[in-house]
Amino acid sequence: MPKFTKSPWVMHYDGSSCNGCDIEVLASMTPLYDIERLGVVNTGDPRQADILLITGGINYYNESVVRQIYSQMPEPKVVVAVGICACSGGVFRDCYNIKGGVDTTIPVDVYVPGCAARPESIIDGIVQALEVLEKKSAASAAPTEGESNA
Amino acid sequence: MIYLYRILSMLAYVLLAPFVGGFLAGLDRKLSARMQGRIGPPLLQPFYDLAKLFKKQVLAVSRYQFMMVASFLTMVIGTGTLFFGGFDLLLVFFVLTTACMFFVLAATVTNSPYAELGAQRELIQMLSYEPMILLTAVGFYMVNGSFRGVDVFYTGTPAIVRLPGVFIGLLFILTIKFRKSPFDLSTSHHAHQELVKGVTTEFSGVLMGMVELSHWYENVFLLGLVALFFVSSAWWSSLLAVGAVLLVWFLEILIDNTSARVKWNHMLYSAWIVTAVCGGGNLLVLEIIRMLF
Repeated sequence: MPKFTKSPWVMHYDGSSCNGCDIEVLASMTPLYDIERLGVVNTGDPRQADILLITGGINYYNESVVRQIYSQMPEPKVVVAVGICACSGGVFRDCYNIKGGVDTTIPVDVYVPGCAARPESIIDGIVQALEVLEKKSAASAAPTEGESNA
Repeated sequence: MIYLYRILSMLAYVLLAPFVGGFLAGLDRKLSARMQGRIGPPLLQPFYDLAKLFKKQVLAVSRYQFMMVASFLTMVIGTGTLFFGGFDLLLVFFVLTTACMFFVLAATVTNSPYAELGAQRELIQMLSYEPMILLTAVGFYMVNGSFRGVDVFYTGTPAIVRLPGVFIGLLFILTIKFRKSPFDLSTSHHAHQELVKGVTTEFSGVLMGMVELSHWYENVFLLGLVALFFVSSAWWSSLLAVGAVLLVWFLEILIDNTSARVKWNHMLYSAWIVTAVCGGGNLLVLEIIRMLF
């Protein structure tokens, strides 16, 4: 049976990133790293995405945007925080306009540290996200089977 | 006997077209990746994608969405079935147009600004390619004396000999139909575009899966249309047709990877000019020849 892990479609959102991590996310699509080998499609559409990659911390303006994107994604879905700013807020943590890492707003499944996070670690983060995705799809499938039995 | 072949051909289309279409889509992604110096996804990647889409949660924005997408899929299958059954080409093309209208409606009922803009661009695309589609049917009528697709098997020479201009015109608008650059205005397979996913923005899960499946059916039908130019009563013409279809598919991928998206007016004018010059010119020459001899 084909698994979710064979076709992860990624959506990338730039929070308050300095663009360092964004460039590394794009670099992982280039011929050198070629993340499409794993079946990854870089989609701009949350409705068709399985993995949400967020770079940069959350500020008070994009908080609602991040929540909306997350709510627009169909289950099962996984969030990957790319870069130290997305993980914890990084050096901007104490800024007046920064709320903190992505986990202050939506649940994060995989943390990819680094400043900027290297393409190798981003790809590793996505591979770890695939395991989470598989667990979530198994968990969401279990109650439905229970219902059909009952 | 011919009726048996026609029924078998229709059955084969309904059952096998998804596999052929998905395989061609996989070949497309693999070839595109190789052209860009990448390794690319596995050849069966489109099937993995489809299986995943059918298992994902569906976030339907409108209750009419499912009905419209299901109608699109059904009408596309109907188009191909009529075509491979060798029925009237005009009927085939009208059913195809109806299918495309359902696709546009499926996007419009969502009220999403991106999907609506994508739907408008889809309508402009239809406006661009429809004249050439109709000229193709007229061309086959002038060559075979009938609109029926099956009649190409009763002619001695392949239609391409007398319809080279119509074939070039059809190749031009096929790029629009396959949603390839430079004419992937309404929706693109690539992420870098200004309309999110354009006409397919609001389709999630099984809805998107059905749209993908429809496109596979549609692609196989369109490649069948290419093959129609090459088949005749001779047995070797089928081999020629298969070769031509593969060449056309390769050229489409090459064009997709080597060109940037154009503006809608550029697409409309260029498509109509090519239609008038190649398609119209070809038919005019055929008519003149017929009047002289």
